[in-house]
Amino acid sequence: MAELSFDNLALERAERRIVDGVSARVASGAALLLLGPNGSGKSSLLRALAGLMPPAGGTIAWDGADIFGQAEAHRARLCFVGHQDAVKPGLSVAENLRFWAGLAGGSPNIDAALAAFALAPLADRPARFLSAGQKRRLALSRLALNSLSPRPAELWLLDEPTTALDSASRQAFLDLLRGHLQRGGLAVIATHEEIGLPAKTLVLESPRRRREAAGAAA
Amino acid sequence: MKAFLALLRRDLLLAYRQGIDGWVVVLFFLAAGILFPFAIGPEPNALMRVSTGVVLSMAALAALLSLDRLYQADFDDGSLDQIALSPLPLELTALSKALVHWLSTGLPLLAAAPVLALMLNAPVAHYLPMLVALALATPALSLLGGLGAALTMGSRRGGILLTLLILPLYVPVLIFAAGAIGFAGDAAGLSAEAAGRGFGAHLLLLAGIDLALLAVTPWATAAALRQALRA
Repeated sequence: MAELSFDNLALERAERRIVDGVSARVASGAALLLLGPNGSGKSSLLRALAGLMPPAGGTIAWDGADIFGQAEAHRARLCFVGHQDAVKPGLSVAENLRFWAGLAGGSPNIDAALAAFALAPLADRPARFLSAGQKRRLALSRLALNSLSPRPAELWLLDEPTTALDSASRQAFLDLLRGHLQRGGLAVIATHEEIGLPAKTLVLESPRRRREAAGAAA
Repeated sequence: MKAFLALLRRDLLLAYRQGIDGWVVVLFFLAAGILFPFAIGPEPNALMRVSTGVVLSMAALAALLSLDRLYQADFDDGSLDQIALSPLPLELTALSKALVHWLSTGLPLLAAAPVLALMLNAPVAHYLPMLVALALATPALSLLGGLGAALTMGSRRGGILLTLLILPLYVPVLIFAAGAIGFAGDAAGLSAEAAGRGFGAHLLLLAGIDLALLAVTPWATAAALRQALRA
């Protein structure tokens, strides 16, 4: 059983506090949904959980040990799909996937990863000609690639994964996520939409709402 | 190692596909160099004296052209997040990027240098020393340039800032490269042996700069990248 927890977390961006006093924990087989209006710090929280952004206060721990003390191990156990697709327009769909597989150091199982989001017919198409939804599917194929690798990541950090997806792709994503959770994986997902899986939720407030609430309390 | 090769292969493929960028660097190098005969006047001896110096300084300027996209493109589309989260240490990422810059900019400049030297009426005896000095100077330009590109990543008008930041650091490289070429031919009436020693000493200093930068810049570049990714 693995557990990701963050306690009394504070995040700052350009010296502005965007997340303050947020705590939650998520254990193997469970997903945590991050909800909240634009600018409430969902993306920043995911970047912090990935270890990219050190918190201004509070702790992030994996099985009780601070993740910033074990950066390499933490990187190895997570798969991050940010709000940007990280797709290179100059490469074809298959070349993008092959690069990610090589970067992860795993043996490339490109065909199966392409099949997960029905991208096989587009394999040789340059990514610059993909629609927004197709690019999103390509970005999400990283999850399929990762689940097919010999050592799949335990922790998925997903930033609005279903943006621009059609219903078939959404279903494919849900199947993938369900498989990941059944294997004992964890997921933290920032979203505006109903995901369709039972999950804990954490609602983040916009900084203005928080200030108003603090003012009312005083 | 596999991840290093994957990144290197991808960046070389992208550089090859966006071949226009490589040509722009070479064309800028030639076009900027060709301004000198117009500005100085077509007097052959005057041109001959400045020729190799113009080639060196134009190469340094042209090397700056392709720097600002080195990390910025990956930063803008989120690829840099993925690279930072991969098993590949950012220090090796920095090394791979500098190598790509050298292969896609340094090598074409090296190939175009004799053409510019010819147009500037450089002395025949200076061609080979100039190419050797450039071959040792361009890796230093790429390593320093990679550091500058990482430091200015994400800032507005990063390209200009990058130029102001990096050009002063290029000065020592230019001094030793020009110094090496200065010993070529029948320079200053030195004996062949003394000229050879002076040439060799400058090349060793250039190689020393390369090695020192190779040891230092990947770590500095990785620190700059980490800082930029925090925002």
